[in-house]
Amino acid sequence: MKQNYIHVPSVKTPQIDRQVVLPFLKSLEISFKNLQVRFFRSLITTMSLVLAVSFLSFVNVSTDVANSLLNTHDISIRQALIRSGYDVSPEDTSVGSSPKQRWIVILSLLVCVVGIVNAQLMAVTERFREIGTMKCLGALDRFILRLFLIEAGMQGLAGASIGAFAGGFFSLLNAFLSFGPIAIATVAWKEIALSVFLAIVIGCSLSLLGVLYPAILAAKMQPVEAMRAEY
Amino acid sequence: MPFTRKIVRVSKVTKTFQLGKVEVQALKGVDLEIAAGNYISIMGPSGSGKSTLFNMIGGLDKPTSGKVFIDEVDIAQLDAYELAWLRCRKIGYIFQTFNIIQVMTALENVTLPMIFAGMSNDAAVEKGIQLLKLVGLGDRFQHKPFELSGGQQQRVAVARALANDPAIILADEPTGNLDLTTGAEIITLLKRLSQERQVTVISATHDIKMLNVSDQVVWIRDGRIEKIEDREELSISVGQVDIKG
Ligand SMILES: Nc1ncnc2c1ncn2[C@@H]1O[C@H](COP(=O)(O)OP(=O)(O)OP(=O)(O)O)[C@@H](O)[C@H]1O
Ligand SMILES: [Mg+2]
Repeated sequence: MKQNYIHVPSVKTPQIDRQVVLPFLKSLEISFKNLQVRFFRSLITTMSLVLAVSFLSFVNVSTDVANSLLNTHDISIRQALIRSGYDVSPEDTSVGSSPKQRWIVILSLLVCVVGIVNAQLMAVTERFREIGTMKCLGALDRFILRLFLIEAGMQGLAGASIGAFAGGFFSLLNAFLSFGPIAIATVAWKEIALSVFLAIVIGCSLSLLGVLYPAILAAKMQPVEAMRAEY
Repeated sequence: MPFTRKIVRVSKVTKTFQLGKVEVQALKGVDLEIAAGNYISIMGPSGSGKSTLFNMIGGLDKPTSGKVFIDEVDIAQLDAYELAWLRCRKIGYIFQTFNIIQVMTALENVTLPMIFAGMSNDAAVEKGIQLLKLVGLGDRFQHKPFELSGGQQQRVAVARALANDPAIILADEPTGNLDLTTGAEIITLLKRLSQERQVTVISATHDIKMLNVSDQVVWIRDGRIEKIEDREELSISVGQVDIKG
């Protein structure tokens, strides 16, 4: 069986079990520094997310605004809504986003995920050597996985928040410009907050979804392969 | 040395790479025993299989057949956790291309393996600074790798390799990318560390300077061990090599 390892005299070594660890806080720190150092690369990865999420948020908030306007039961407002492209028949008490809009949103989110996968695959390739080195220093597969997921989570949170708030803001601005102050006055802020929140959650999930495959690829890599990678 | 523990034992190791339809046999049956505390150089022409052997000993790659024992433990029997532990605590790696993690400072590079080993951040930082002082980089620990010269980066790599007081330091052409003087400094440093800390140093190299400090030189050619020479026998062949070179 395994024999006891003979201890090599050292500067100072606390008693340690036979396990390797990476405390969560430390992973956070490493991930955060990584994003800082590769700021422009993360920016590009996040950009498509910002755009897609702001579009989603724009559409949802616009629907919220239209609904609150509809609830004023004012004929002229109803006319204005129809003029600006909403499908409201006389008996409708609420408007939804049109199927076409929904399709565009879903498509833009899909394109965004593909963009994230692509960008993250490139990031992984760029970091082959770093990953291999970490593995030589004793990192487990799940340390690598965790680092990538945390990074994507932070990117997702930042990107999706910016996108969601920007989308919501422009939607309100747009409503103000087309319907006048009444659009803001009647706004149901709770609904809008919910829409923005939903957009953030979806954005974060997409960011995590997009990094999953590249991160698993990175985590599964053997240290030799990683060390050999030339670029 | 009155009592010598075999820290590394390589037994009938072969390694075959599949390159499309072609098979390349990089190692063709290598047997090797390395005594603890020695400074070993693995010498051989380019493509002879040094790096391949280095990866086998370091548990970075699996042999096609044969066994590698570290401290009499067959590393093929280790699971992923134990293997990671071995890489973290028992072996320190030094590479030709330094492989300092570029986005971390010198100090962070050195402390990372200690964090993996479960040391607290404060203790790791304290020891990291000590190690960087030991390799002569006492004033540079907040520098990023790209602000350091090749020789300085390799010193960081040496400090990092020592982080968890490994029993073995594996160095694959540690001086390959350095100029003569800097290379000599790194070699002297490794030798000093092997003497002061009884670390076993195993170094693959083309570098003749390595021979002077080696306790044993393993000559490898075409995937096989050609000869193993102890320090005493060395001077003769070094002479020959010098003339040839
Ligand atoms: N991943 C691989 N796939 C295919 N063949 C490989 C691979 N790695 C090494 N080889 C082959 O194995 C042989 C030994 O290579 P190795 O890298 O061990 O040589 P080396 O002695 O370290 O050479 P050098 O001094 O140039 O570093 C070579 O013929 C090489 O082409
Ligand atoms: Mg080599």
